[in-house]
Amino acid sequence: MLARFMPQPSVDIDYVANLARLDLTAEEKVRFAAQLGDILAYFEKLNAVDVSGVEPMAHAFPVFNVLDDDVEQPGFSPAEALLNAPAQRDNQFLVPKVVDDA
Amino acid sequence: MPEPLHSMTIAELGRRLAAKQASSEEVTRAFVERSRAVEPKVGAFLHRDEDDALAQARAADQRRAAGQTRGPLDGVPIGIKDVVAVKGQPLTCASKILKKFISPYDATVIERLRAAGAVLWGRLNMDEFAMGSSTENSAYQTTSNPWDLSRIPGGSSGGSAAAVAAGEAPAALGSDTGGSIRQPASLCGIVGLKPTYGVVSRYGLVAFASSLDQIGPMTRTTEDAALLLQSFAGHDPRDSTSLKQPVPDYTAALAAPPKPWTIGVPRDFFGAGLDAEVRASIESAIEFYKSRGCKIVDITLPHADLGLPVYYIIATAEASSNLARYDGVRYTHRSPETTDVLNMYFKSRAEGFGPEVKRRIILGTYVLSSGYYDAYYLRAQKVRTLIRRDFENAFQQVDAILTPTAPTAAFKRGEKSDDPLAMYLSDIYTISVNLAGLPGLSLPCGFTKSNLPIGLQLIGRPFAEADLLALGHLFETAHDYHSRRALL
Repeated sequence: MLARFMPQPSVDIDYVANLARLDLTAEEKVRFAAQLGDILAYFEKLNAVDVSGVEPMAHAFPVFNVLDDDVEQPGFSPAEALLNAPAQRDNQFLVPKVVDDA
Repeated sequence: MPEPLHSMTIAELGRRLAAKQASSEEVTRAFVERSRAVEPKVGAFLHRDEDDALAQARAADQRRAAGQTRGPLDGVPIGIKDVVAVKGQPLTCASKILKKFISPYDATVIERLRAAGAVLWGRLNMDEFAMGSSTENSAYQTTSNPWDLSRIPGGSSGGSAAAVAAGEAPAALGSDTGGSIRQPASLCGIVGLKPTYGVVSRYGLVAFASSLDQIGPMTRTTEDAALLLQSFAGHDPRDSTSLKQPVPDYTAALAAPPKPWTIGVPRDFFGAGLDAEVRASIESAIEFYKSRGCKIVDITLPHADLGLPVYYIIATAEASSNLARYDGVRYTHRSPETTDVLNMYFKSRAEGFGPEVKRRIILGTYVLSSGYYDAYYLRAQKVRTLIRRDFENAFQQVDAILTPTAPTAAFKRGEKSDDPLAMYLSDIYTISVNLAGLPGLSLPCGFTKSNLPIGLQLIGRPFAEADLLALGHLFETAHDYHSRRALL
């Protein structure tokens, strides 16, 4: 039913996985690369459309500059904000060291 | 035998409650017990807190006894898809990455349901992060279609649809990014409404594709969909995409005398993948509307067949950005293998996300990446404009557009799970509606020979929910499809 016979655009899966900050197994890389090739070939349909002069649409009903009144609103307590933290200390999210000592 | 409480609609339960023929505790207990009985077969819920639901029900009974009842939803249980935040309850999006997450606040729709007195009932299964059309992408369990347990309930709001069809809740909340309310509603024989983008607040809805997501009602009748939408539609300052549009009286619209509607039928878009039995049901629905004085007009939506590629570029691009927040810092799951910040990101995400979510993050990252942005993402946004224009042109001529909701009835478990493209095609009729930001209603319009529900989709102009519900109601009240119940 779909255009599987079309030449498959190749995806540099390592490059994209690095951008996405996502470790993939060797098996996932092979499978996703093939499936994404199929999906991208299907996307080629879009190249047949003349889009010259057509404005891109980011949003169904664009609303701009939505401003709130500058009034104090109730917010989370530190305990509520940290409710789902994997690690915390002194009312803060704890993460591995980012900067080297040296 | 009198009709059991668990197979009644919101409206019927509301009348029982108002006439003091049943208490909310009795009503809620009926759904709790029905769930206990059928969950081993259906698997609609990821989490049920029976004591909490019964406590909410007793509070509703106390309000009623004190003469302070809050309206038609007061004391009626409503199931909640596991993507909408309810303070103090788990919220997993059916993903391992949120396995231990507890919502620290209520979504706006939940605040409004509480204000209406609804009993918030359980957490309903879904495709992980709402990515899927069969609920097979849940990291926790599969959900069965109550009409045939070997088949899928549709997705991503498959738990919501199955719970309503199985009598485990009279109604439920779903969310719809490309068909995730309407397609499972169709496959489970219930009513599902995706509102116009911006009519319902997304505050407290976990984001999948922010320019497409909407929360909506999944119910047994159009009347119940009107009641439920009424309770939570309307502007919310906490969602900057929510629109300052007046909320009409949806229920009153159902009672209004039928108008001489003009209905457009885009037959050339129905395509080769449309099942013959579904096609026959849709054709007889068209004949029905004709017999009621509606004018039927053939229309074309020239770019409609591009909805699928446009959707899978835009939705995955937005998802890859939205899901970047699950990085091991704030949202419960951090890999025990973590040694430094970078590998915390890579490993926490690899352990937490399932295959379809990973596939879409990779695809979305790719279409946004340098060198491909113009070819894929920007071009898709331009074609999105053309798709919207097709609808605008059609609505110059017609009041509503009628299509099948899905090309086939419910398919077998496992049938499409290894072929992402085949799975994506089950949303072919619903996806363009999200891209254009329009309202779409699915309602039961027949059954296949093997007794599987078939759904019909009505698409309207922006903010035409009341019209769609009225048009759906006209069909519904002349047929008995909505009152059939799955035997379990």
